Amino acid sequence: MGTSWAISKRELRAYFTTPLAYVFIVIFLALNGVTAFYFGGLFDRGQADMQPLFGFLPWLYLFLIPAVAMRLWAEERKAGTLELLMTLPVSTFNAVFGKFLAAWIFSGIALALTFPVWVTVNYLGDPDNGVIIASYLGGFLMAGSYLAIGGFVSSMTRNQVIAFVIGAAVIFLFMMSGLELVQSAFRGWAPELVVDLVRSFSFLVHYDAVIRGVIDIRDMIFFVSIIGVFLFATMVVVDLKKGA
Amino acid sequence: MDRMLQIEGLTKQFGSFTAVDNISFSVNRGEVLGFLGPNGAGKTTAMRMVTGFLTPTSGTAYVGGHDVTTAPLEVKRRIGYLPEGAPLYEDMTPSELLAFISDVRGLSGAVKREAISTAASRINIEHVMHQAIGTLSKGYKRRVGIAQAILHDPEILILDEPTDGLDPNQKHEVRKLINEMAKDKVIVISTHLLDEVDTVCSRAIVIARGKIVADGTPADLESRSELHNAVTLRLAAAQSEKAKGAIEAVAGVDRVVEAASEGDFANFTAYPKNGQVVVDQVSAALKTAEIDVLEIQAERGRLDEVFRRITTGA
Repeated sequence: MGTSWAISKRELRAYFTTPLAYVFIVIFLALNGVTAFYFGGLFDRGQADMQPLFGFLPWLYLFLIPAVAMRLWAEERKAGTLELLMTLPVSTFNAVFGKFLAAWIFSGIALALTFPVWVTVNYLGDPDNGVIIASYLGGFLMAGSYLAIGGFVSSMTRNQVIAFVIGAAVIFLFMMSGLELVQSAFRGWAPELVVDLVRSFSFLVHYDAVIRGVIDIRDMIFFVSIIGVFLFATMVVVDLKKGA
Repeated sequence: MDRMLQIEGLTKQFGSFTAVDNISFSVNRGEVLGFLGPNGAGKTTAMRMVTGFLTPTSGTAYVGGHDVTTAPLEVKRRIGYLPEGAPLYEDMTPSELLAFISDVRGLSGAVKREAISTAASRINIEHVMHQAIGTLSKGYKRRVGIAQAILHDPEILILDEPTDGLDPNQKHEVRKLINEMAKDKVIVISTHLLDEVDTVCSRAIVIARGKIVADGTPADLESRSELHNAVTLRLAAAQSEKAKGAIEAVAGVDRVVEAASEGDFANFTAYPKNGQVVVDQVSAALKTAEIDVLEIQAERGRLDEVFRRITTGA
C-alpha cells in the first residue's frame, strides 16, 4: 500500500506542476456555474437546494473526466516512463490503484471547490444539508467510476486522443442505458430481465436516486463495483501488454 | 550465491517474429558483462525480460535465486535498471524523481536522504537537482537515469546504453563509475560502442538475430580477429619492395598487405598463419635484410572487425 501512495503522490504532484490541474479546475467550476445558474436557474427557482448543480454534473463529467483519465496510462506508454515504473518493485495492483487514487483525489478536490454554492444556499435559505452531502458523495463516486472506465481505456493505447474519445463514448453508453432511448431499443425483443439488467447499469438511474437524497446501499455498491471491475480490467490489460 | 544472474532459455516472440531466441548464460559477482549486437538484435528485449517489463514467451531469468516470472517483485528489488533512452518523468526535478524512486523502493528518513545525495554526487548531478528534467540536456537526463538505477545500491545493475548521448568526458566519468562499482555487483551493459567493451567489460556476449553468437572476454573476442597477432610496419617507401619480399619469406607469415602509402613512407600489414606470433621473426628478417623500420607493432585484433564478421555471418 505504501508504494500505491508513493505513486499517488507523484501523480498528484504532476497534476499541480503542470497547467493541467488549474485549467481543469477553472473550467470545471466555470461550467458548473454556467449550468447551475444559467440553465438550471439555481436562484430563479426559489428553492434552497443544489439540484441544478448536481443535475448537470454527470454531463460535465462526461467530457471532463475522460480528459483527466486519458493520460493515466497512454502518456506513460508514449513517454516510455511505463518501463521505468513497471520495473520498480511495484505490483500491478499498486500501480493501477495508485494512479486511479490520484485522479480520484484530484477530481474530488475540484468537486469540493464548488463549496461556495453550498455556503450560498445555506446563507439564502434552509436547504436539506443531508441531501447535499449525499449528492456530493454520489458525485464523487460517479467521478470514480468514470475515471475507472477512462483509465481502463487509457491503458489500452498510447494515444491520448483515442483514449479520450473512446473513454467518453463508453461512459456515455453507461449513462444512457437507463434512458428511454436505449431501453426502447431493447424492450421490443429482449426479455424483461435483460431490459432491467441494462437499466441497472445506468449511471444516471443510480445517481438520480442518490441526489434525490435516497441513500440506498445498493446504489453505493453499484458505483464501487464499477470502480472495482474496471480497475481489475486495467490490471489485466497492463499485465497482458507485458506479453506483447 | 556468486552466480547472481542466471538466464535460462530466454525466448521472446512477437507474433511470428522471434526477437530473442533461446539464450542462456549466467553472470557472477564482480563481472561486467557487455551485451553487444547490432540494432534490432534483441538486446533491449532481453533486458526487458530480465527486469520484468516483458513476459518471456518461454524460459526465465533468476536473480539471486528468484524467478522473474514467478517472483517479479523480489527480482525488481535487487535490480537497478536504466531503460533504453533513459525515460524519465520530465515534469519532475531530479531531486523529486529520486525521492519518488526512494519512496517506491521503501527507503525513508535518513537512509533516503543519504541514498539520494550519494547517487547524485557519484554521477555528478548535484547542481541540476532542482531543475525540471525536461529542461536538462541529453547527457544530464542520461545521468539522472543512471542515478535512479544506482539509488538503492542494487546487487545487479542493468544499463541499456548508459553512455549514449554523452560527450567524451561524461563517457569517461560513467565508465569510471561502472569500474568502481564492479567489484561487488553484477553489471550488465548493452552497447554498440566497441571501445566501451575494451575499457569497462570483463566479459562480452554478442547477440545477433536473437541468438548468442559469441561469449568471452574482450581479449578472446579480439583473438578471433584475423588481425590478431598480425604485424603492422612503417618504413621508407624506397625499401618497400625489398621489405615485402623479406617478410613474405618468414615461415609463419600468411600474406602481406600493403596499405596506401603516404609520401615517402610505406605501410604493411603481415597476417600470420593460424594467428601465431610472428613479430620477432618479422623483425629479425628485416634486420638481416638491413631494412630500417620506423614503426613495428603487433596487433591484438580489432573488435569491430570480429563484431562485423560474427553478426553478419560474413
